[in-house]
Amino acid sequence: MSRFRHLISIDDLSKNDIEHILKKTDDFLEAAMGRESLRILEGKILANLFFEPSTRTRMSFESAMKRLGGEVINLGSVEASSVAKGESLADTVRVISGYADSIVIRHYREGSARFASMVSEVPIINAGDGAGQHPTQTLLDLYTIKKEVGLKNLKIALVGDLKYSRTVHSLIKALVHFSAEIFLISPDALKLPEEMRENGNFAECSLEYAVENADVLYVTRIQKERFPDEDEYMKVAGSYRITAEMMRNSDALIMHPLPRVDEIAYNVDPLPNAIYFRQAFYGVPVRMAILSEVMV
Amino acid sequence: MNVLTIGKIKDGTVIDHIPSGKALEVLKILGIKRGSKEKVSMAMNVESKKMGRKDIVKVEGKFISEEELNRISLIAPEATINIIENFEIRRKFRVSIPESVEKLLKCPNMSCISNDGKEPATPIFRIEKTDNQVVAVCVYCGKRVYEIEEYLV
Repeated sequence: MSRFRHLISIDDLSKNDIEHILKKTDDFLEAAMGRESLRILEGKILANLFFEPSTRTRMSFESAMKRLGGEVINLGSVEASSVAKGESLADTVRVISGYADSIVIRHYREGSARFASMVSEVPIINAGDGAGQHPTQTLLDLYTIKKEVGLKNLKIALVGDLKYSRTVHSLIKALVHFSAEIFLISPDALKLPEEMRENGNFAECSLEYAVENADVLYVTRIQKERFPDEDEYMKVAGSYRITAEMMRNSDALIMHPLPRVDEIAYNVDPLPNAIYFRQAFYGVPVRMAILSEVMV
Repeated sequence: MNVLTIGKIKDGTVIDHIPSGKALEVLKILGIKRGSKEKVSMAMNVESKKMGRKDIVKVEGKFISEEELNRISLIAPEATINIIENFEIRRKFRVSIPESVEKLLKCPNMSCISNDGKEPATPIFRIEKTDNQVVAVCVYCGKRVYEIEEYLV
């Protein structure tokens, strides 16, 4: 029996649900690496409905479904689909739910995945709804932390754009379940909104302090368009950049939802601290756990 | 002596204890606007023992459903309803806060799917009450609306 029919927002999951998915993910690690083959979803079809660009999310869902023995169909480019003829999301979802056993959706409108779940005959998995939710990213972030350092007594530093990053906001909501100590490091203009600080153990600190004291540095991209001019952006972005020199005496693990631009220098990649590519890989077993949850 | 300047009604609904200045919003919630046929009388800023000043709305010849009346609680949580039949009060009750409202509010988040004219996404808000404040939460995007009267459709 599935714990949930759709996966729309991390807010819909209890701590218990989250722990269940993380535990289930362990069972799929070997298969995600191609070391064993599974037929759990043989004969099932997943539809990928991406109205916005995506590399990791779309491809890791595809990989996850295939590793479980299932098939994937894709919307393809929006220009080549009936969406270009003005078809509504509601109609598209209704039609595709007749072709597949579950739908993964990324759409530019906030609330689109929730709406899709209200009109769909099959489970909907939200792969990002504009500035809204991206719950599978949060689950893979949590799994990475659990696997690499453990979620108990966690000290995590969130670095970069804490104001607009949906990844950061969802992660915070989930971390609160695990009583994590959360360090906040951001430019003044991109601070974490007050309403997000209600239930957690938060402290603002310097990047140097976090490098020395945190178990995990979760780095996000600072976007140019958030600043009035290029000079201001360059000045700010530079002071939140992680380099190998800075990490010399630190055990903190570095995570990033990717894609990175220049907030983590390439000379960090070979360090044992750098786990962001492993984090991206964990997207596969986590999504296998989710797909098996909603489709079996 | 205080003299109530609007008369009794024969059949219909009287909405009392509306916070002063909110009578027009109450009419809006009930869908009574220009072109509506109902006979409506309204008193604003009348004296009230309980509230200091209050508004009253009387809708003649129409019995409004309890579900519809409960929507008033979003802006007038203390409102009382008198159902009048043949000049007598047949029923008197206080409005209660509904669990959700449909097609009543517009989501302030312009990026919300419910603001996409192409989609049949009926605006639906879940109603929460916290610390004496009523909050409407968009079921699609999760936007929390505190200034409810500003977003009445």
